[in-house]
Amino acid sequence: MKYLLLIYGAPDASPAPDSPEFEAYMAGYVKADQTFEKEGVMRGGEALEGTDTATSVRVRGGKTETMDGPFAETKEQLGGFYLLDCDNLDDAIRYAAMIPDAATGTVEIRPVMDVSQFEG
Amino acid sequence: MTDVSQPSPVRPALHEVVRADGGRLLALLIRQLGDFQLAEDCLQDALTSAIEHWQRNGVPNSPEGWLLQVARRKAIDRLRRAARLRDKGAEYAHLLELEATQPEVASEQLPDERLRLIFTCCHPALDERTRVALTLRTLGGLTTEEIARAFVVKPSTMAQRLVRARRKIAKAGIPFRVPDAEEWPERLHGVLTVLYLVFNEGYASSGASYIRADLCEEAIRLARILLRLCPEEPELEGLLALMTLHHARRPARMGPDGAMVPLEEQDRAAWDHEAIAAGAALVETALRRGRPGPYQIQAAIGALHAEAPSAAETDWPQIVLLYEALQEHRDNPVYALNWVAAIAHTRGVSEALNRLEPLQRSLGDYQPLHALKADLLRRQGQYAEAVQAYDRAIAQANNDADRRFLEKRRASISR
Repeated sequence: MKYLLLIYGAPDASPAPDSPEFEAYMAGYVKADQTFEKEGVMRGGEALEGTDTATSVRVRGGKTETMDGPFAETKEQLGGFYLLDCDNLDDAIRYAAMIPDAATGTVEIRPVMDVSQFEG
Repeated sequence: MTDVSQPSPVRPALHEVVRADGGRLLALLIRQLGDFQLAEDCLQDALTSAIEHWQRNGVPNSPEGWLLQVARRKAIDRLRRAARLRDKGAEYAHLLELEATQPEVASEQLPDERLRLIFTCCHPALDERTRVALTLRTLGGLTTEEIARAFVVKPSTMAQRLVRARRKIAKAGIPFRVPDAEEWPERLHGVLTVLYLVFNEGYASSGASYIRADLCEEAIRLARILLRLCPEEPELEGLLALMTLHHARRPARMGPDGAMVPLEEQDRAAWDHEAIAAGAALVETALRRGRPGPYQIQAAIGALHAEAPSAAETDWPQIVLLYEALQEHRDNPVYALNWVAAIAHTRGVSEALNRLEPLQRSLGDYQPLHALKADLLRRQGQYAEAVQAYDRAIAQANNDADRRFLEKRRASISR
């Protein structure tokens, strides 16, 4: 089963790039990436720029409306994601706990919908 | 000639099978079908056809074996009809093979997969109330209506909660497996919590009757099953001992006037001394394993109370020590409150009142805090303050038996 692991956290909760803790923090991500690759579950993953760079788009009455900012203004922001292919939720939980930001923020695990059930 | 006016014995017989072995059948079906919801639906189908068939042909030699075989056939039908063969191909082939090779088997030959089922129902990805409900529904074989009644919610609400739970198990991929060694302690603790929640709901119910013996007995029964499946788990033994000891005092816990009777005033001759002996022996077995934990310590305290000939002859110094050990395991203001109640017997009431003071911040409106405070003040002769504390305790009481007891006590000191 595929799971999307959404990494949420307050922007100031993770170490700043010039802080002494930053190196260990990044090493945690390198280690997580390596584990996901080695165990054959990695299907993708990226870090995101902050919500101050976000643009929200919607189409109403055929007209495209563009807004500066994220869909929802919250203290904890979506900062990155992984797409993993695991056997079950227990494995996904185990991998989520390896993500460094899980220690200060929250990782939300969302199963990817199985659309094969809708195919003729 | 059969007398058609006689009530059919089939329904009670079927009910018996479901209560005793429903969880076992369901667990095995989930394992064989690889689908929680499908397993439940097919077992339900099999139960429906049992009523008809057993009435006509009598109850089969192995009712469980019969139900399992029929449920499997229903699963084959359902899979065929739903054209789900593409993603269920492996399970379907497996089912056909079982159908061909396994005739009806006797129930004792059925493999026991209930441990997986317990861990699935108590999975931390489900919320706590859902874990309790799902455990009672699938392992306890209680109906949705019975569970709704026990937890004082509408049957439709409970039904919805169960539907959501099954959907989440399927869609989120909650596995049907026993956790591995690394996860084991935490996951077992989660299961024990669920069983203790069931027990507590029966022990001092917020529903219409104060003691719901059926829920207490269900929790004890499930703990026994669990202990057979994973023996020598000291905390599980501790929990089973604790529940057994508490439940043994049931006949004396409520007076004829419907008021709760405190431990000190209970008629100890009315206690179930056989159960007390069994509970005390079990906690001793657990403690000898050298891995003490909160349930074992609470059971040891329960055993000291239950084996004392009277309240005055209770080994209070030992109880004080055990509450101190308990607080070292887990910082919990409720343990601290019970410690205060115990030191009133060893160091005196005024010392206990001093120690109670700092707990008020963390426990706030917790009814037992005000009930204890009222009792200590009453024993010290400070009646005016005691009445105030009784008033606060009464306002927070969540069942009639506690309320009546507190009102009686308040009446005895106010004039």
